[in-house]
Parts: sequence; C-alpha cells; structure tokens
Amino acid sequence: MPDIILIGLNHKTAPIELREKLSFTSEETLSALERLKKDPDIKEVLVFSTCNRTEVLFIPETPETVDQTQTDQTGKTIEFIARHKNIKSSEFKSALYIHKGEDAVRHLFRVASSLDSMMIGEPQILGQIKQAYRVAVEKGCSGVLLNRLMHKSFSIAKKIRRETGIGDNAVSISYAAIELANKIFSDLSEKTVLLLGAGEMAELAVEHLLSNNVKDIVVANRTFKNAVALAEKFNGRAVKFEEREDALIHVDIIISSTGAAEYVLTHDQIRRVMKKRHHQTLFFIDIAVPRDIDPKINSISNAYVYDIDDLKNIVESNIEQREKETVKAERMIDEAVLKFQKWLESLAVVPTIKALNDKMTAIVEMECKKTLSSLKHLTKEDMEAIQRMTQAIASRTIHDPIRFLRNTGDHRDDSLYLNVTRQLFNLGGPDDE
Amino acid sequence: MSVRIDDLLLQIATVLYFLSMAGYGGFLFSQKKPYQKAGLSLIASAVLLHFISMAVYTLSNRHVPIQNLSQSLSLSAFALGCMFLFFQYKSDLKILGIFASVLLSVTMGMVWLIPDAPAEKNEIFKGFWFYSHIFLIFAGEAALALACGTGILYLLQEKGIKSKTPGFFFKRLPSLDFLDDVGYTCLTTGFALMTIGLVTGFIYAKVIWGRFWSWDPKEIASVGTWLIYAALLHLRFYSGWRGRKSAIMTIIGFSIIIFTFIGVNLLIGGHHTFTK
Repeated sequence: MPDIILIGLNHKTAPIELREKLSFTSEETLSALERLKKDPDIKEVLVFSTCNRTEVLFIPETPETVDQTQTDQTGKTIEFIARHKNIKSSEFKSALYIHKGEDAVRHLFRVASSLDSMMIGEPQILGQIKQAYRVAVEKGCSGVLLNRLMHKSFSIAKKIRRETGIGDNAVSISYAAIELANKIFSDLSEKTVLLLGAGEMAELAVEHLLSNNVKDIVVANRTFKNAVALAEKFNGRAVKFEEREDALIHVDIIISSTGAAEYVLTHDQIRRVMKKRHHQTLFFIDIAVPRDIDPKINSISNAYVYDIDDLKNIVESNIEQREKETVKAERMIDEAVLKFQKWLESLAVVPTIKALNDKMTAIVEMECKKTLSSLKHLTKEDMEAIQRMTQAIASRTIHDPIRFLRNTGDHRDDSLYLNVTRQLFNLGGPDDE
Repeated sequence: MSVRIDDLLLQIATVLYFLSMAGYGGFLFSQKKPYQKAGLSLIASAVLLHFISMAVYTLSNRHVPIQNLSQSLSLSAFALGCMFLFFQYKSDLKILGIFASVLLSVTMGMVWLIPDAPAEKNEIFKGFWFYSHIFLIFAGEAALALACGTGILYLLQEKGIKSKTPGFFFKRLPSLDFLDDVGYTCLTTGFALMTIGLVTGFIYAKVIWGRFWSWDPKEIASVGTWLIYAALLHLRFYSGWRGRKSAIMTIIGFSIIIFTFIGVNLLIGGHHTFTK
C-alpha cells in the first residue's frame, strides 16, 4: 500500500520567529516543487505555507520497502527544507511533526476543516489549501493519490462547515458588534453612524462598518480639526462636540471612543433625544475605557447599549460554542479518514485482480444461463462445451490486463493503473460518490 | 351512515396543519430550509383542502358553515391560514410559520374537541351584509393574530439583545426592525379589515333588527377591542410607540380578541352566540 507522509510545523509547535523563517513565499513554493519533483524517491508532493503553518505532504516511491527507506525519505525532505530555507535542520527539527498514513490524512482533513487553526472555524484556510493544491497540479506534482486526498479534504471541510456550527457566530469584537447591528436594524445601508472621538479606535471601527456600507458617517470630536480630518477620510461630515445631542436625532448607531473621564452621553440626554426622534431605535457601541455612555441608557425603550465588556462576553461564549461543535466535526473527520483508508486499500493489486475475475465469472454464468435455458435441444455435452468456451473467452480477455497489473515496479505509478482498472471495469469499492 | 366528504377533507386538512407544525419545529431547531418549505407547503395544501371542505358543505347544506362554535373556529383557522400565506408571500418572514402552524393546529384541535352541535337553521343569518361582516371580521382577526405572533417573536429577540445574552433565538430570528415592520403591516391590515367588518355588521343589524346597536355583549367587546387597536395605532403615530411597547399591545389586543370570540359565547350570551 502506498504511504502518505506529512511533515510540518504550526502555531502550536513553533513560535512566530521560527514560522517566519520557514515560511515559503509563492516563488519559493514553486522552486521547491520543481526540485522535489525531480527527486526519484518522491512520487507526488504538495507544499503548503501560511503565516501559521508550513507543511510538506508527499507520497514516497517504492512503498513496499522496509521502514528504513521511509525514514530516510523523511530525513531527506527535512534536509531539503533546511537547504531551501537556508536554516540548520537542528534549529527546527524539534518543532516538527511527522504524520504518516492514516495520521497524515487525518491531519490534512483537520487543517482543511479549520479545526487545527489558531481561531477554530476561520474560513480562509480552505481557500489557502486549494491554492496550494492548484500550484501542485500546475507543476505536475499531483497524481492519483494526492488528487483524491485533496478533493476529499475539500469536500469534508465544506461538509463540516455546512453541518456543524463551527463557522457560526462572531468571534471578534468588531464582527460581534456588526452582527448585533444587523439583528437590530434590517438594513444597515440606510443607517447613519455617529463617531464620538476621532482616535485610532474610532477609525478601526468605521473601517469595519464601511465594508458593511452604512449610509452616512458623522464625526464629533473635542478637537474639531481631528473630526474634520477623519470625516474627510470616510466621506462623512464633522460636527462640533457640543452639537452631539442634536446630531443624535438623525443617527442610528453611535460608536464612542473618547478619552473622557465622565459619561459624554447621559440618561437624561437620551430620554430627550428619544422623544425628538419618535423613539426610533438607537444602538450604542461604547469601546472607551472608562466608559463614555451611561449604561443606564440601556433601560430606555428602543435604546441598546453595549460596552467593550459586553461585546467580549459575547465573543467568549461564541468561542465556547464553536469548541463544542468541534466534537461533531472530529467525528465526521474520523469517518472520512476511514473511507479514504478503504479506498487506499482497494488500490492493492491482489484485491483488484480478484474483483476483476469475480466480475467476469459472474457475467459468464449469467449469460450462459440465459442463453442455454432457451436451447433445450442441445445435449448435456454440448451445453458443457459452450460453457467452457464462454469461460475461456472471458479469461483470455482479461489475461493481458491481469498480467499487466501483476507486473508491478518498473518505476511506474501502480496506484494510477489500479485506479483506472477499477473505474474501467466498474469494480466498485468504497468510491461511492 | 356514510362518511361525509367535507368532514373527511377537514380531517385531512387538520392532520396537515399538525404536520406543518412538525415541519416548522424542525426548521426552528435545525435552521434548514427544506423543513420550512415542507411546513409552508403543508399549510398551503391544508388551506386548499379546508376551502374545498367548506365549499362542499356550503353547496350541500345551502349555507356557509358558521352555524355553531366549532364551525366558526374552523372558519377562523381557514382565515388565519389564508392570511399567513398572504403575509408569507409578501414579507417572507419564514419563522412566523412557527406561530401560525401552532395556532392553526390548536384551533383545529378545538374544532374537533367541541361537539359539532346541530345548527338551528336561522334564516336571518344570510345576505350580503351578513357575509361581508363575517368574512371581514374573520380576516381582520387573522391578521391581528399574525401581528400578535410577530409581537411575540419581537419580544423574544428584544429580550436577548437588551439583556446582552443573545441566545437560542438570536440567530434564528430576523432583526428587530424587520419584525416591527411586519407586525405593523399585519396590524394596519387587520385594523382596516376589522373596521369595515364592524361597519357592515352595524348595517346588517340595522337591516335585520332595525337598529345599529343593541348592547349585545359581543358588540361591546368588539368595539372595545377596536378602540384598543385604534389607541395603539394612534400612540404609534403620535407618541412613537414602536418596538417593545407596540409588541406588547398587539399581544394584549389579540388576547382580548380570543376572549371576545370564545368567552362571550361560552360565558355571557347575546345574539352572537350559537346556543339560545
């Protein structure tokens, strides 16, 4: 059976300094693939590198040899990485994990499904893996095994995202705030945002909201000049800090991040404002410490106040929720690994030949039965002769293909031919999609 | 005696209403669209069968099936089903089906539990004004029932957001604004239908009894209900009673409708009751 080997390091095993040193740029990935491809001991290979991980996945040649060869191949690949990145292998060897066979498959599936990510459930990783696979395909480094392995990893990742809550719920503060805004207002593109304070925090918050297309942005700041500058940057308008109460009549979302020691918006102010705006909903996001917005405002009808701690709590409970969902995801991965394992086993020579023989025998028996039952005038000897002849035709037909399959080695890709044979003759197996 | 075809159809419709509840329950928990689609198609088929059943009854008995409490409950369920389909088409508030399917099932359950008392043929329950009165009031009350449903959903969502613990419903319910909008549409539609329904009722009373108003308990309760909804709409326009307060009012309003519908029949009496 062919083996699958995965060598790599990630954010759990290596500090950022080391990950930086071993990270492959896209050009480095290309040149690494080119050189690995020339290695006669490597059949298929893929290099995958993001800011959190660098991994090399490969299928060594001559899988029937003893373990020693494989260890050599692993060592050789590590040395290759060291040479390619110009770093001593002793520097990073302790941070490496080496997975083989089933473990390598499981690891890949977990990475693709974002279970191995720093932020569980983050959606980018799958796209990055797809990109790495595309490069390997373009370079001609991927064969039957990697093709199937990678496609299986994509489909399991999608399935997990679809059927578990692993990608649900916001896990960052700004995203949690936007999610809340979307559950309060039906259409953010019709809503106006008021920024109290023109600092860096305000700027960051607005950048997120802008990607959600709000209608208008109003900036109020104690130093009016800064308010104007920020408003210009986002095509909004600036108002004097003293005018904030009037501005509140026409806005919907307030993001506050001033350095004030006291509340800049009080309960009484908002009560007055609410009347003037006919109790249209107001959503306050207070990211200042100490707080800018009187928490008592939350008790006013149609006013919702979230401070930085409220948002943090939501994010934390969402992260907990995601972790619960991973149990389900791990089970789905176990199933997928098992299925892949079965497919790999079916690629062995002997079971394929047996399946081929069985299929032919079944066809011969069925056809003879059908024909002979309507030829009653034949003697018993005639019937037996016909049966023998049909059998002979069948076994002659598959004689050469079987001889070809038996003749392994010769530096050819057996798994390729076995896979083709199974598909040509529709020999079934665990391939059920 | 052979099974009456209209009864059989009504039984099938009832089963479909109950099944739709299961569909929407599945949708609530799994958030998967096929469940919602199944629930919606079940309600739609049930409403169709319900209509055929009533048509068969009307043709064979030469009067509309609103002769006793059981039949008028059945008619109100039918009106609710139609209204729900209309608002579902109009606003696409999918989760409202949870409320509608439960209310439909409960109402139809009552239809079968309450003895189908043989109707006294009362020749005065006929004519254009009578039927307009009945249908407009039933349609209006169905819309107000849906307003109550969105009110409940609003309060569930609002509670989570206000208390800063977005829970089970946070993901499953749409935004507060949207719920408020749909509730408001249901409310105004229901109020308009009810207003015209009451007017036609008065005209009918004038035609039959020669007077618009006869201090019948249900008349008093209906006008009371109408005043409550009128007040709610007024407050919404002029004092900004939107959101939570409006949601609570629609729930109170609908509770009074239920009381008027059942309570007056069972407890008090008058010319709107079915028993003498």
